[in-house]
Formats: sequence, structure tokens, C-alpha cells
Amino acid sequence: MFSSVRHILPITVIRRERYLPVPGKVLVRTQQKVAASDTVAEANVHPELLILEVGKGLGMPPEKADSHIQCRAGDQLVEGDIVAGPVGFTRRLIRSPRDGKVILVGNGQILIELSTKNYMLKAGLPGTVMELISDKGVIIETTGALIQGVWGNGRIDTGVMARLPIESDQTITTSNIDISLRGIVVLAQHCQDQQALRFAEELPLRGLILASMLPDLIPIAMKLQLPIIVIEGFGNRRFNGLTEKLLATNENREVAVNAESWNQYTAARPEIVIPLPATSSLTTPQVETSLTSGRRVHILRAPYLGEIGTIKKIIGITEFPGGVKAPGAEVLLESGKIQIFPIANLELLA
Amino acid sequence: MTSLVHAESFLVIDVGSISTRAFLFDVVDQQYRFIAVGVSPTTINSPFFNISEGVRRALDQLQEFTGRRFIGKDEQLIIPVAGDGSGVDRFAASISVGKPLNIVAVGLLEDVSLESACHLASTINSKLTQVISLNDRRKQDTRINMLLRVRPDLIIAAGGTNGGASLTVKKLLETVGLACYLMPENQRPEILFAGNQVLEEELKSIIGSIAPIHFAPNIRPTLEREQLDPSYVHLANIYSIIRTRQIPGAEELYRWSEGNLMPTSVAFGRIVRFLSKVNKVDKRALGIDIGSSATTLATAYKGELSLKVFPGFGIGSGLGELLDYIPLSQILKFLPEEISENKLKEFLANNSIYPSSLPATQEEMTIAHGLVRQIMQEVIKSTNIENRKAASMTSEYFTGFEPILATGSILTQAPSLAHSALLLLDGLQPVGITTLILDQNQITPALGAASLINPILVVQILNSNSLLHLGTVIAPVGFARTGSPVLRVRITYQSGQESKIEVKQGSLERIVLPYGQPARLHLQPLLRYDIGMGAPGRGGDLRVTGGALGVIIDARGRPIRLPEKRNAYQDLQRKWFSTLES
Repeated sequence: MFSSVRHILPITVIRRERYLPVPGKVLVRTQQKVAASDTVAEANVHPELLILEVGKGLGMPPEKADSHIQCRAGDQLVEGDIVAGPVGFTRRLIRSPRDGKVILVGNGQILIELSTKNYMLKAGLPGTVMELISDKGVIIETTGALIQGVWGNGRIDTGVMARLPIESDQTITTSNIDISLRGIVVLAQHCQDQQALRFAEELPLRGLILASMLPDLIPIAMKLQLPIIVIEGFGNRRFNGLTEKLLATNENREVAVNAESWNQYTAARPEIVIPLPATSSLTTPQVETSLTSGRRVHILRAPYLGEIGTIKKIIGITEFPGGVKAPGAEVLLESGKIQIFPIANLELLA
Repeated sequence: MTSLVHAESFLVIDVGSISTRAFLFDVVDQQYRFIAVGVSPTTINSPFFNISEGVRRALDQLQEFTGRRFIGKDEQLIIPVAGDGSGVDRFAASISVGKPLNIVAVGLLEDVSLESACHLASTINSKLTQVISLNDRRKQDTRINMLLRVRPDLIIAAGGTNGGASLTVKKLLETVGLACYLMPENQRPEILFAGNQVLEEELKSIIGSIAPIHFAPNIRPTLEREQLDPSYVHLANIYSIIRTRQIPGAEELYRWSEGNLMPTSVAFGRIVRFLSKVNKVDKRALGIDIGSSATTLATAYKGELSLKVFPGFGIGSGLGELLDYIPLSQILKFLPEEISENKLKEFLANNSIYPSSLPATQEEMTIAHGLVRQIMQEVIKSTNIENRKAASMTSEYFTGFEPILATGSILTQAPSLAHSALLLLDGLQPVGITTLILDQNQITPALGAASLINPILVVQILNSNSLLHLGTVIAPVGFARTGSPVLRVRITYQSGQESKIEVKQGSLERIVLPYGQPARLHLQPLLRYDIGMGAPGRGGDLRVTGGALGVIIDARGRPIRLPEKRNAYQDLQRKWFSTLES
């Protein structure tokens, strides 16, 4: 039996491959130090093309218009450049409406690729560029604490991590965040208020690390520029003990919040990296995936969703309260309770 | 059919979103038999990110069960069977894992060829991201920009009846060609042209040098007639080409199967089509496969298949999107327990994150089953509308299906057979007389994949009790008050013994009839109730064979009207379960 692995590690070597969605240009060199929000590569993900109908513009049949075209494929254009004409008494002209590059010319048409804003691939974590992947991306390495979450809104930023005031019950609201938190990555148990998210963006905070939030907030969170990462899941849940302790230990330290969406088909997962100096014997996290007794696990479903425990033993096919029959495991929870869970509802912690 | 000239062992692998299954078929007593299945979690996700690991684990389990070795020292499938008995003679595979294919449909007229191109796209797990037609008011550069932005995996183009329009079709495809030319070479989509056949050579020379173009018979050979069936095999081929590029490990299956890597939906559809061909009654066969990320619904009439995949209508990773298609209130309606909107939303959001996890509490199981009922309602509603349109029918209900074949873990691994049956009855709400068949081993996609190579195997396996006959269902429809008698049934058992029951409106009854035992039913509908015997009020004799649940009479009305009070609904559900489980 194997399972996916979630990393909640106080110190480890973190090595991440960062890829452009389409081939582009890598902007860094090997051994360069980068911050999480530094751009490491760029690409024209959404090229914008424009067809200029020269024949129509010059008032002649397309086949005659070709001889009046003044640009060739490959030419760079600046807004206002003459691309065809002049023609006739009125010296009729066609100018490029925007900056761009000529792609094709012929049949009375000019196809221009307009200059658009490139997609910028951010480093996602502070570290050293270890390898360049030609036209595609980079491999970055760092050492530090690593906490992986379950959901992110696709943004990346860094800042000093601070907890909400204790008296606030750790639920983020418009009344318990203020200007004093500007530029801070705020750590809170829960969010159930879209106004609080909007206010956090306006201040602005540099990031929001939540144990949980209401699923209703997903659409608004996706629109914000502020990175928001959910560690445990949706609803009203608190951080598991291990994460809580690790975050508390690292309060007031600089953290990188990489709230990229969890892509089940790649290794990309929302995570927090807290850069820490390396010790001599540090290695990358182990990728042992077998569920065996003694391994620490994270519970994935109700009623113990988010809790952490240790496998006592693997048992055979078991019937669970809902009636489902599946291979199970006996798990000693942090609370001291022993419960049986379907193996499919466990995720290894490493 | 009982004597086989070539006795071949056959291995089929089906890679689903959650599970990978390896089925072994072999000849026993001159008949193909289903020998065993090995199952492993699919390993497309963390920590392997390659389906090969799951394939090997499923094969390891199969080896444990059968003692037969399938993988050689070179880590490759042993094919054909070696001297020591290891390996297999033939291999096929089906695959449904992976994100839905991103498809753009191109057609001339919106309600003719474009509509057919969209229908064809919906037969595989795909998302139709854009359409282009003659009526498209967008400028050519806007359309090119759109294609560059959406970066489709596949463009399905149709248009022009055979020998009909060609200039306009070419004009439309010019945009596609230009957009492909502007894309990086390794990101150009596959193109399937299923329009005016006259254009094939010309399109090959215009577009073939820019992007891979494939041709299928015209899906709209005349304005009135849609003909998708011949293009399924072409689409399946393109699907497997795309998947081998996208899914690490799929290339190996493609190689082992010599290109016969079939979309699971198409493989499942082939079995439903087969059932319709051997149907003894003049009805459509129906198949439903409820998966983690999508639901497949196949109906077929006399060998003509209508297939549709509903991406997002899944019970695992599909849950995150389900509210985009089904209103929350609809789902809540099907839940016998009081569950708040927030709780349901949390369930959907949390469980879409871990699609392979299982509902392990009573409450979670109740929610999951409520979702399944609603998913079935939605997909059958859309199919009924299409079928009625196709058959020019005006009645509220389609005449019914025979048989109803169901698969998918949520149905096959339900707590009991009564749960499976009740889920199907509540979700599909069949009318008239039908048979419920449960594919407990989820073998049908594998059979569909094998059918291309060895149709005899499929026929013999389907005749060998590999599918579980849950029971014949009689669902009378009409208008009467709850509690009014609507159907009288006289049962004559094989022994000659007789018994009678009177079925009341609103009730669910079960006739106990041991599995496989024949009986004759004399059905007499009352109050002009319709049981699908030709006209309202018409009855007659029906020969049945006992299913796992005997014979079921579902007189709960159509649509089933559930009590608004949760307590009353819970009581009813308990009663229905106890009837079926008794």
C-alpha cells in the first residue's frame, strides 16, 4: 500500500522545478540567488495577432495591394510605422496601430504579432538556481522549513510571518487586521468573511496562511493578488498540531508563500517555505511512500479531517460506518484516541 | 461459437482516474472465461506521476491470484505466451485518466454540422472550449487569437454534405491552419475532419504539412442525418495519440496494444451497443458509468450508439465542479438527512482535493449517494430529451430502456446490492419493464477494448454471468392517489405454484425469486397505468428470471415525489431498503 506524501518539515533541502507553460526565455543564470517573487523566466503565453486588410485600406483588390506593402515578414514595427502605401492623390497610407512584429505578408494582408505583456514565471521560493532547463524553466534549491497545503489562489509573495492577535480567536475579520500588519504574511486559523479578504488585499498584506476557509470564498480569493494558502481544507478547521508548532516556532521569520494551485498531475502544490541555514547532513525529503506501521499520517476525510496520527497496524478489508468496505489501518491520533481509517483516507507525512 | 479455432489468453488493462485494473481472460472448456482481476490505485499523481507503476502493481496482483507471470526481465509485457506459460497472447487497453481533452469544434451551420461536431466531441472525456461556424461574427484575427489562447488538444471540423459546400469549409479551415502555423510545432493540435469527403486530398495538402490532420466519414452526410458511429474509431485513435503524449506511461500501453488504446467511454459504449444488438425487445439499451471525474451515458438502439461523457459529473475530482452544473438545492433535495448548504459545499470542496478517498461515515455516505442520484437524474434528463427529439416523441417519458447496465465504484461498491439498486431506481427512474445489470467487477470497458480484436471473447464473457443481474424492474406510470391499487401481479413459479400481489401507488415491492430461476408474471395494470406493454392499461404475460434481488416493482411514481419533511423521507427510505433487503 502506498499513498501520496505531504511535507511538514522543520528543516530540509527543498528542490523545485519551475516551468513556463510554453517555451520562452530563461532570465537567470546558474548559481544565481533569487527571491520567491523574482521572475526567473518569461514567455509570450497569449500572443495577440492582428490582420491588416491592405486592399481594403488602400481601396484596391487584394491581389493589387501586395505591391504597395512596405514591410516584410520578420520586421519589427513601432506604432505608427507605415506598412503600406502611399497610394493615389490622397497619398493613402496604412500604419501599424501598435508595436509588433510582422509574421506574414501576402494576398493583400499583413499579419502582425502585437507586443503583449509576457507571462512572468516567478521563482516561488527563495534559493539558488541550480540548473537551467533550456527555454522552459529552472531548478531552484534552498534549505528551510517546508509546509505543504491543499489549496492556493495561484499567487506568490514573501514577507515576515506574524500571527493574528491571540484574543481574536484566530479567525481573520476586518476588525482584527489593520495597518500595523501591512507588508506582513498573516497566519490565521480561519476565514469566513469575504470583506476580510478584500481588506487584507487593500492594506495590503503580503500573504495569508489559513488552516481553513469557507468554500464560498474561493471565487473571491481567486480574484485577489494577495497569495492565500489553505493548509488543512475547507470549512472551519484548525491547524494540525505539527503545523501549528512549526509555524509558531518560525513566527517573525521571512516566509515565501507559494499559493500555486495544486496540480495533481505534476509535483506542483501550494506550500510555504521558511528559509533557514543548512546543517551539514541535510538531504531532500525522502520519497518513501509505503504505508506501514510507525509511519505518521494525515487524515483526509471527516470526521477526523486534518488530524495527524501514527499507523499502529495495517488491517485487512474492513467495513466502515458508512457501509463501505476497504483496506484499513489502525491509527493512534495525537489526541491519544485509536481509530480505524480506510487506507485511501490517509496521506503520509514526511 | 463454442469451439474456438484460436484459443488465446487475453489481458486487458483499464486505467481509470482512481484505479487501474488488469483483467485476464482465458479459454476454459472451449469457452472464454474471466479468470481474475488485479487492481491497483492509478499512479498518475504523487508520488509516481506515471501510470506504469499502477499497471505493474495491478499485474503483480493478477500474478498473485493466477500464478502467471506477465512482465519479463526486460520489464516489458510477455507477449505471446512463452514456453513456460508466462505472458499472454493478446493485449488491449482502455484509458480514462487525465484532464478532459480541450476541444474546439468547427462547423458550417450551427444547428447542423457544428452541432454534430459538438456531439462527437462529447463522446470522449473532453471540454468544448470554443466553437467556430459560418455565422461566427468574429474577425479572422480574433478567431486566430482565440485558438492561440485556448491551445486546443484537438480540433473537430465538419461541414458540407458529401459533394456539397466546399469553399466555405475551406475558408473556415484556413483560420485553423493559420492558427496552427503560428503555434509552436510541439503544441499544434490534432485535427479531425469529418465533413465533405471531397475535400480530403485538398485539406491534406493545405493543412497536413502544418498540423496532423485525420479524416473520418462525414458525420453529417445529409442535412437531416447525423452519423457519428463510423467516426468513433477515428476519434478513439486520435484520443490515444494525444494521451500517449500527455500521460507518462500511456505510451507503453499504446505500444503493447499495438495502437489499440481506447478511451474508456468508447469501450463502454461498444458493450452497450452490443447489448442493443442482441436485445429481444424493441427498446434502447442504456449504460451508465459513474466515474471519479466524469459520468458516461451510452444508449443504443439496434446497434446504433449514442454516447455522451459528462465531464465534471464525477464523484471524486469532479465534485469541485459539480455546482457549476447542478444547483445546490437540487442536491439537498435528494438527501434524507438535514445537511446545511455550507456542509455540503465543504464536502464537495474537500473531497475533490482527495478524489481517491472514501466516504467512511454514515453522513458522508448519505451525501455521496445523494450526489450520485442527482448526477444520474441530470444525465438521464439530457438523454431523454435528446432521445425524444430523435424519436419525435411527445410523451413526458421515453418508452424505457432494456437493459440498464451500470458500473462505477460508487455503484459497484455500495454497502449492499439493495443500495446499488435503489440508487439506480432513484437516479434513473426507469419506466415500464427493464432489467438492472450491475457490472460488479467494472469489466465492461475492458470487454469493449477487447471487442475490436476478439468479439467472440466478448460474447462469451457476457453470456457467462460476469455481470450481475440485479433484477427485472416493473415501473408502472400513471395518475392515482398514493395507496390506490395500480397493478395486479400473478406469479407462476417454475414449480407451478402461484401467488398474487396487488401493488399500490407510491410503493416499492419485491417479488422473491431465486437467482436464475424462471417465473411467469401476469401483469394487469389498473386505472389505465402504463407498464410499457403497448398502451396505458394494457397488461400481459412476462417471462422473467430471478435476479440477485428477485423482481422489483417500483410504483413510486414518475418523477418520484419525495416528502419535504426529512423524517418522512428517512422513514420511506428505510422502508424501501428493508423491502429490497428482505
